[in-house]
Amino acid sequence: MQQETQKPAVSMGALGRERQNLDLSKEPVAIEVPGLNLFYGQKQALFDVKLNIPKQRVTAFIGPSGCGKSTLLRSFNRMNDLVDGCRIEGEIRLDGQNIFAKGTEVAELRRRVGMVFQKPNPFPKSIYENVVYGLRIQGINKKRTLDEAVEWALKGAALWDEVKDRLHESALGLSGGQQQRLVIARTIAVQPEVLLLDEPSSALDPISSLKIEELIYELKSRYTIVIVTHNMQQAARVSDYTAFMYLGKLIEYGDTDTVFTNPAKKQTEDYITGRYG
Amino acid sequence: MISKESLNHHISQQFNAELEEVRSHLLAMGGLVEKQVSDAVSALINADSGLAQQVREIDDQIDMMERNIDEECLRILARRQPAASDLRLIISISKSVIDLERIGDESSKIARRAIELCEDGEAPRGYVEVRHIGEQVRKMVQEALDAFARFDAELALSVAQYDKVVDREYKTAIRELATYMMEDPRAISRVLSVIWALRSLERIGDHARNIAELVIYLVRGTDVRHLGLAKMAEEVNKPRS
Repeated sequence: MQQETQKPAVSMGALGRERQNLDLSKEPVAIEVPGLNLFYGQKQALFDVKLNIPKQRVTAFIGPSGCGKSTLLRSFNRMNDLVDGCRIEGEIRLDGQNIFAKGTEVAELRRRVGMVFQKPNPFPKSIYENVVYGLRIQGINKKRTLDEAVEWALKGAALWDEVKDRLHESALGLSGGQQQRLVIARTIAVQPEVLLLDEPSSALDPISSLKIEELIYELKSRYTIVIVTHNMQQAARVSDYTAFMYLGKLIEYGDTDTVFTNPAKKQTEDYITGRYG
Repeated sequence: MISKESLNHHISQQFNAELEEVRSHLLAMGGLVEKQVSDAVSALINADSGLAQQVREIDDQIDMMERNIDEECLRILARRQPAASDLRLIISISKSVIDLERIGDESSKIARRAIELCEDGEAPRGYVEVRHIGEQVRKMVQEALDAFARFDAELALSVAQYDKVVDREYKTAIRELATYMMEDPRAISRVLSVIWALRSLERIGDHARNIAELVIYLVRGTDVRHLGLAKMAEEVNKPRS
């Protein structure tokens, strides 16, 4: 007698055969960009960029200098408002709401969409005060709440064990990698939804850099993360999705595995393999 | 997508040179292996034990080439972190050398059968089949390597498709030789030597098919192993952006 459908003796999952099936079109969307043009004075920096940033995933922007990836990232929490002569056409929707709509509170937007820069920028205050800075601005001053927030945020940023005995010492005494994790702790202390990382580890040594990457991996279960990086291996390591930009245009956007093993566009291929066009 | 010309368009000239070098080493190894196949077959057909001995000696050289190419691939992976088509190239090279080395081993086994037959006397049957299938698989190896050299997925597909033909002829030949052994039991051990040689040739065809599949992976970026020929053809003929 022929047996009914045979079950494999070993589950394919145990063999690591189940590929993480990432499909951009099926992801819930955190940030929606239906078509964005951005100008610095006369010069156009972004050309009709359309993309959706998926929720609780890591999305990396790669591309050569001046391709507009940082400009796009900074648009997500309206950092470009601070640039003279910067003009934006189009919308960016955070949970369906246009962030450029009249009446949008920029401070509140920046709480929801936190940002970490290339160079760690702790305030010249104690470690503790750095972390609670955003909370104090919100008017929260209750010591127990703040203490809890500090421990939670520092643990979240994988810094707690290294600094728990010197919370009231100056933040400037920390190493570069520790300072960068402190900045991340400060950002997550106000419970944002999205974390924007603009080359977060390019000023750090490889070990501190790996710690930040490890942190990104842990944070993505709670936050939507968008990272700009010049280090392509880093983008390949940390991200679920990769967007390649060139001369202000979005050239290719897809799951990181595909982009790094079999990109669809020649420009992407040339860039990530280090070829000239 | 990937072409021979794009291979040397890296900003780093040194990287161009390294990729070109490992690729040419693979093709040189392939050329030698292909010659091993045809020499082993001639040695068997012509009862040329000298040629058979030579095939067995050259096999050591092939083993060395495998190790050298693997080392080069390892060095490139560690130092260059290749991506996209470069990564696929290195992966396909480092996998192809395994198949080439096995083809070398099978040729060496055929040479051993040739020596046995020289000592025990000719087999009564089977030489026509060995010559025929031997020529077919040699051509498969040659074309798989051509496809690799030219990044030609269509040619690779035709190699993979041809493996079916070889398998069919192999089965027919075995059936005939089995019948013959029943008729004349005194010839069993000599006919078995021929059967082992045929078996090696059939395996060489499989290895050529593996290399062809790696070429499709290299050029198209899709893994076509264990897909079946129809699906494989579909992947190869898919239009690319």
